[in-house]
Amino acid sequence: MNGPSGYTVVLGTRASRVGLLAACIACAVLFTMPFWAGSGTMRLLIEIMCFLALAQMWNLLAGYGGLISIGQQAFVGIGAYGLFLCANHLGVNPFVAVLLGGLTAAILALPVAAITFRLKGGYFAVGTWVVAEVCRLAVSNVQLLGGGSGQSLTAMRGMPKALRESTTFWIAAAITVGMIALTYWVLRSRFGMALTAIRDSEAASKSQGIHVQKVKLYVFVFAAFGSGLVGALYYLNALRISPGSAFDLNWVVIAIFIVVIGGIGTLEGPIIGTLVYFGLRELLADYGSWYLMALGLCAVIVMIKWPRGIWGTIQHRYDLRFFPVQRRVRLLE
Amino acid sequence: MLEVNELHVFYGDFQALFGIDFRIEAGQTVSIIGANGAGKSTFLKTLCGQLRPRSGSILFEGRPIDDRPPSTIAGLGISMVPEGRRLFPSLSVEENILSGRFSGRNGPWTLERVYRLFPALQLHRNAPAMTLSGGQQQMAAIGRALMANPRLLICDEISLGLAPAVIKDIYAALPQLLQEGVALILVEQDVNTALSVSDYAYCFMHGRVSLQGQPGTLSKTEISDAYFGIQ
Amino acid sequence: MDWLAVVMHGTLAGGGYALFAIGLSLAYGVMRLVNIAHGDFIVLAAYIALVIAVASGLHPLLALPIVAAIMFGLGYLLQRTVLNRVLGPDILPPLLVTFGLAIILQNGLLEVFSADARVLPAGTLATDSVSLGGGLAVGLLPLATFMTAVACTLGLSWLFRYTRLGVAFRATSDDPHTAQLVGIKDKHIYALAMGIAFAVMAVGGVFMGMRASFTPDLGPSYLIYSFEAVVIGGVGSIWGTLAGAILLGVAQGVGYSFGPGWGILTGHIVFLLVLLFRPAGLFSRSQP
Repeated sequence: MNGPSGYTVVLGTRASRVGLLAACIACAVLFTMPFWAGSGTMRLLIEIMCFLALAQMWNLLAGYGGLISIGQQAFVGIGAYGLFLCANHLGVNPFVAVLLGGLTAAILALPVAAITFRLKGGYFAVGTWVVAEVCRLAVSNVQLLGGGSGQSLTAMRGMPKALRESTTFWIAAAITVGMIALTYWVLRSRFGMALTAIRDSEAASKSQGIHVQKVKLYVFVFAAFGSGLVGALYYLNALRISPGSAFDLNWVVIAIFIVVIGGIGTLEGPIIGTLVYFGLRELLADYGSWYLMALGLCAVIVMIKWPRGIWGTIQHRYDLRFFPVQRRVRLLE
Repeated sequence: MLEVNELHVFYGDFQALFGIDFRIEAGQTVSIIGANGAGKSTFLKTLCGQLRPRSGSILFEGRPIDDRPPSTIAGLGISMVPEGRRLFPSLSVEENILSGRFSGRNGPWTLERVYRLFPALQLHRNAPAMTLSGGQQQMAAIGRALMANPRLLICDEISLGLAPAVIKDIYAALPQLLQEGVALILVEQDVNTALSVSDYAYCFMHGRVSLQGQPGTLSKTEISDAYFGIQ
Repeated sequence: MDWLAVVMHGTLAGGGYALFAIGLSLAYGVMRLVNIAHGDFIVLAAYIALVIAVASGLHPLLALPIVAAIMFGLGYLLQRTVLNRVLGPDILPPLLVTFGLAIILQNGLLEVFSADARVLPAGTLATDSVSLGGGLAVGLLPLATFMTAVACTLGLSWLFRYTRLGVAFRATSDDPHTAQLVGIKDKHIYALAMGIAFAVMAVGGVFMGMRASFTPDLGPSYLIYSFEAVVIGGVGSIWGTLAGAILLGVAQGVGYSFGPGWGILTGHIVFLLVLLFRPAGLFSRSQP
């Protein structure tokens, strides 16, 4: 019996080519916004982009790296305070300092990993939370950074408003699009295959020579870098910081909600989740705590009934991928 | 007593059992032989309720049990001595044996009777279970299954990893189990030992029954063909 | 600094943390479940006690058995209807479900009771002190809390070692699949474990509610203290959890003597140090 004469490994699908086109158009529109959109719209979009980028980082950690963290706000805060430290006190250009904030978070991720990686599963999660609390308490005691009440981004004084807003927006767009593109690129690479292998079976991966702990460390540092960038960016936009806000648990609460509802372990999921979150927020804005309760209830129900999230369920049902990271074997005749 | 019809069992998308038919009566000893991966353990797990079949039926004393949880099935009278013994490390030897009583069944088997069957266990009754030798652990696991006063006892590879003398001792104890009309399913890779004590035998290969019959009527060639699948 | 007084008060404070931590240790030990809403349920217990005490005029200690019974039922039901569904090899679902529950609880309590600080009216129990000789005096309430914590630890230790339920707990914790095979109804066992955990959490909530004021947002702090106590003491040992809680209390006490901002931070630092140098905990039970 003769088999096929050969095979090739393909990555793209028809849906992905459509998706690529749509993404390019969306990016183009996004980058032109400072020319035609109002201040309010831009501020909202910056906020949306921050949460989207943070959600992608949490998704990378949990959905691909198998590391469930409820302390990601530690790196958000570290990145933000890195910005304020460099811009306010070291005389660095604030826009450049955003990058430095991200790098600070990435560097500090190493000792954090050294400690928390000793914990497993649920205990790792709470451990990361403790680290975030320690960061918050520690920063509250540093007078240079404003102590418990925080400080303003004085380095931005004197900059014309339009320039400040546009540059902040472009940086936000560049970071968000860049993080998503970078994540997508990483997942398509050999490193990404290692991640998927670890996610599917840690024991099997180890037996194939994949250095599991190292891979997890890289993911953790990368996610910390991204979270730090988000933090720096958000408070660049807000112009004022305080420990309670920068290290707020709600950062990771909302990131988790977005990822879980949208679909964990997919790249499209967080995008959908972010839309759902902001949609709900606008809808329920007047209801205070009930709105957060609704979020929590949604997350509980989705986790029980549709653990794959919105996109994950669609993807599973119709095998639709806009960001294909799976490889398919196509048989040649 | 136990009647299995057209059993198909899947692990996700992977089919492990293809239409198994199986029968055992009270007081009978039936062995299931086959190579690794033939589907023997999958079959036993399904009997005990740890796996759900995709289709087919399992009737125990006339009642369907294919959708019951393992604890209910234990309460109905099916006990398993699992592969690898699987004693509870946090429990002492005696606690392990007594844990068989969680099935809530009463009957002729008591702690004293188990100790009479396996005197070595009484010596170590308060020791942590994992300090026993392999053979003694096997005895404890059998004792645990007996304490549930089963109607059907399943022994999954009880000779695995044990010295021949120990295997002989354990098999010598088996006839006592059948006194009250208990049925026994023996799963073994060691063909000769299993066939020597059985009334009937099934051979599994690639998830199917490749051969069945009374041990006396099966030739060595038939068995090795059915076991290894040589065409 | 009067070291003896600091250590004594820290030890007694550890009693409160132990009552918090035992429930977490039990749930994790029996079913590997980390309940992110753990601290919020303790706060809930305090509010339940408040409602009962205000409505009936009972002293909180007299209301305690009622609160414990309510919480036991709540824990049993929660495990049976919600948490049993998400238990499994994947750690994400139970983590996220309990996380969602924490959010719901915190905000629900906020809506119903507002953010005002409340305290359980304990009368003289909260203000009396006992002299231990040598000029050293301790509060009656902290002492009572500590002794209750020791009693609970003793009780649970006895339960695990000498009762049939304890055997079922240990067997299920070792090997849930084989436990089912011998007839242990795992769903019921898990629910019982959670019920008992919740009952102990109720005791903790009532004692702490008498000792200090509470608000709906204290849940996360309680969770962190419980967690730190369990990790410092060593996972898997209930006496270890008590020891870890005492150590945490003492560490915080030492920190407080340096300044108000340092108390909790010192506890965190000790936790991180233990994690760095003895990740298995200081008193972990090593299994063969």
